[in-house]
Amino acid sequence: MVTFTINGEQRSVSAEEDTPLLWVLRDHLQLTGTKFGCGIAQCGACTVHLDGKPVRSCSVPLSALEGRSVDTIESLRNNQQLSVVQQAWLETDVAQCGYCQSGQIMSATALLAENPSPSDEEITQAMNGHVCRCGTYPRIRKAIHLAAERLAQEVKA
Amino acid sequence: MNDKNPSAVGIDRRAFMKAGGALLFAAQCPATFATQTARGETALLNSFVKIAPDNSITLIANHSEFGNGAYTVMSMMLAEELDVDYQSIQLEDAPTRPEYYSPLFGEYLTAGSVTTGSTWLPLRTAGAKARAMLIAAAAALWTVDTTTLTTRDGKVHHEASGKSASYGELLAVIAAQSIEPPESVTLKDPSAFTILGKPARRFEGESKVDGSAIYGIDVKLPNMVYGAIARPPVYGGKVVDFDAAEALAMPGVIKVKVIRAGVVVLAKTYWQAKKARDKLAITWDRGANATVSTEQFYADYRALADQPGLLAEDIGDALSAIQSAGDSVIESTYELPLLAHATMEPLNCVARVTDDGCEIWSGTQYQSNDQEVISRFLGIAQEKVVIHRPLMGGSFGRRSSKTADYTVEAVEAALGEDVPVQIIWSREEDIKSGHYRPLFVHKLRACLDEQGLPKAWHQTVVGQSLMQGSKHDPAYMVRGMDLYSLDGCLQEPFGVFPYGTSYQIPNHRVESHNAPRVGFVPQEWRSVAHTHTGVAYECFLDELAHAGGMDPLELRLHLTREHPRMHRVLQTLKEKAQWDTPLGAGRARGMASRIYSVSPIAQAVEITVKENGDFTVDRVVCVVDCGFAVNPLGIEGQVEGGMALGLGAVAFGKVDIVAGEVQQSNFHDYSVLRLAQMPVVEVHILPSDEPPTGVGEQATTPIAPAIANALFNATGKRVRRFPLSTQGFNLV
Repeated sequence: MVTFTINGEQRSVSAEEDTPLLWVLRDHLQLTGTKFGCGIAQCGACTVHLDGKPVRSCSVPLSALEGRSVDTIESLRNNQQLSVVQQAWLETDVAQCGYCQSGQIMSATALLAENPSPSDEEITQAMNGHVCRCGTYPRIRKAIHLAAERLAQEVKA
Repeated sequence: MNDKNPSAVGIDRRAFMKAGGALLFAAQCPATFATQTARGETALLNSFVKIAPDNSITLIANHSEFGNGAYTVMSMMLAEELDVDYQSIQLEDAPTRPEYYSPLFGEYLTAGSVTTGSTWLPLRTAGAKARAMLIAAAAALWTVDTTTLTTRDGKVHHEASGKSASYGELLAVIAAQSIEPPESVTLKDPSAFTILGKPARRFEGESKVDGSAIYGIDVKLPNMVYGAIARPPVYGGKVVDFDAAEALAMPGVIKVKVIRAGVVVLAKTYWQAKKARDKLAITWDRGANATVSTEQFYADYRALADQPGLLAEDIGDALSAIQSAGDSVIESTYELPLLAHATMEPLNCVARVTDDGCEIWSGTQYQSNDQEVISRFLGIAQEKVVIHRPLMGGSFGRRSSKTADYTVEAVEAALGEDVPVQIIWSREEDIKSGHYRPLFVHKLRACLDEQGLPKAWHQTVVGQSLMQGSKHDPAYMVRGMDLYSLDGCLQEPFGVFPYGTSYQIPNHRVESHNAPRVGFVPQEWRSVAHTHTGVAYECFLDELAHAGGMDPLELRLHLTREHPRMHRVLQTLKEKAQWDTPLGAGRARGMASRIYSVSPIAQAVEITVKENGDFTVDRVVCVVDCGFAVNPLGIEGQVEGGMALGLGAVAFGKVDIVAGEVQQSNFHDYSVLRLAQMPVVEVHILPSDEPPTGVGEQATTPIAPAIANALFNATGKRVRRFPLSTQGFNLV
């Protein structure tokens, strides 16, 4: 039994200790917004926040989660409102098939939390571990810049 | 959560005809692009629109959404004629029945970049007929003339009296007055469009930023168990014997059994199934493909390319012209590898088999074929196989499997189980799946006239056929040749393809060899034959331009002088790409053009090459003419993204087979394009009043020859075997 915080709620999960967080989320907690893409941390589709930092959930075992805090794509809405990053994604019409976008949005959210005004180079560094086979890369970059602008306006206000 | 996911639960037409007074509007749907259809004119009675008393409007969608934007354009078309917000429409997946088959294909199939074009009239007609019935109802209710009524925001208005009634309210009047759909209806003039032609965000976009979108892999049914399959190391191999003792002792494992695809482990969770699968000890019969290798394919195909093939096209007398050209004949051979689709969402399928039939939940482009293959396997009537269609995490052709490999295996795994079974493929299984863009060799010979223009062209195409022996054989196989292997190198329209290359070369000969069907399953890959015919054609055309001392773009302008649409695309490209403005040292341009699914497209690239062969793609200019641009925002995304898929493939895409075994396994060795390598892209959509034509696949091909041509312009080295990473050129 491993107890950890998931999207602000404490939960206990009973499963083999080597079960990756990805499958704990999907098969034990029914949180399917986090996606399976490669299983070896090569594509970024399964990215979630572990204690606030982006990680590939396919490569974090359940045994490493005791007492820690996990946030997934499902946590980003606040009182039904999309987060600034989600809203920027929607307005920029980033998604095509959309399968990689949960992971992309989780990494972009973490990037902007640490660096509210990233340069193109910094965006590339933070996002290059993510694969998008639909090729939405230009709009991902655009959406991150848009979210950064919005966040800067929020700070001013 | 929102309601933009089509329900994961199937619908039954009779059930909702009876339910709650909801009404289906039937629309007689003319077949569009009849010249493209293999079956000629097909008029089907389709039912696309449901309006409920609460005024909710539901589109019954008969095309799949895998990133292509089908749901967006379909809802836009319906909303335009019904005068409602397209985002207010709800969507249900149409059942797999002939009345919902594509009139173009005569099957339930989303493919070929034809969704927008083939639904353009049927869906607008469905909306317009529904509107006409609602107006007739309001006219009867208020005893006024129909010409005094207008529609907006889901209501019929009588401006003179200020009366209005919602569509939902008018359903009772339609029923009471027995109002029938009109025989014919006038569609809106484009000048009156408020939705079509305007940039529109993705219909299901919100569900794709909050994690609520339901893909096939996300389907959860009560008591569902998970399956992982141990597949043969060589495509087509068979299980001889297996020891499951260790696997069966592992937590959660329910059962281990042999199916045609291999050995399947059923367990309570996917992780348990996968771990136990990896502990199986299996003895395989490696079968007939055990000695196959891609290097041997290349050698065999090169030898075949030297032999006369089946004659696909013979305009003028190319052989004599080339023979008389003597030493000045230009000759090259182009070699294109196997390509995996590597969709972001690995293949998966949920199946439940009961005494009454079978249900599957599966992301698929090709419902009618899945249904047919599964019904044949189970020995039950086709209508007993019910297909539910969640969203798809990409497809690029992989989910139009003619073997229905990933759906029928789930049914086989679920057969005899009293619970639903979900089979999920690992990425490794996906890359090694054996379904690939076939490997092709193209041998090209040509000669020039006194002005340095192409005088004769002779192309011999060698590769495995996509259609041979399939149920499409009668339409696509002509005199033994697969037109689906030749699309893109035939100068004139042929058979099911209503367009040629758009170029005019006075002597033009194309021959075809169907290579033996061994080693893998040939599978459509975004833009299909163009992925090889286009690369060979456009690279060799640049070779001829160079030999003739002509600018490659000027040569294409000359060759398309009698093809106004492509000519205009090329003229625009020349201007937008600043083609005639020199670039600095180490930099070069290249370009290519293609016509696919009727739409012409051209791309020009700017690259920077280092001495060690590392190169960057700095800018890509795309010009496309896809007829009336239904959703410019969606088109721009398809062109950018289609180009990106092609760029990754030309840079490093390849699957190698050695002694029958696929060498690549995951994204670390089957490299795909990433953000750092993505160029700046400009998309120019030419204004047009022509009916809309394809745009989903067009951009995937030209990027490859454009890059190869730019590399030649920068370095003088001609790449004739792909991908570029095998030739010392690395995209960084």
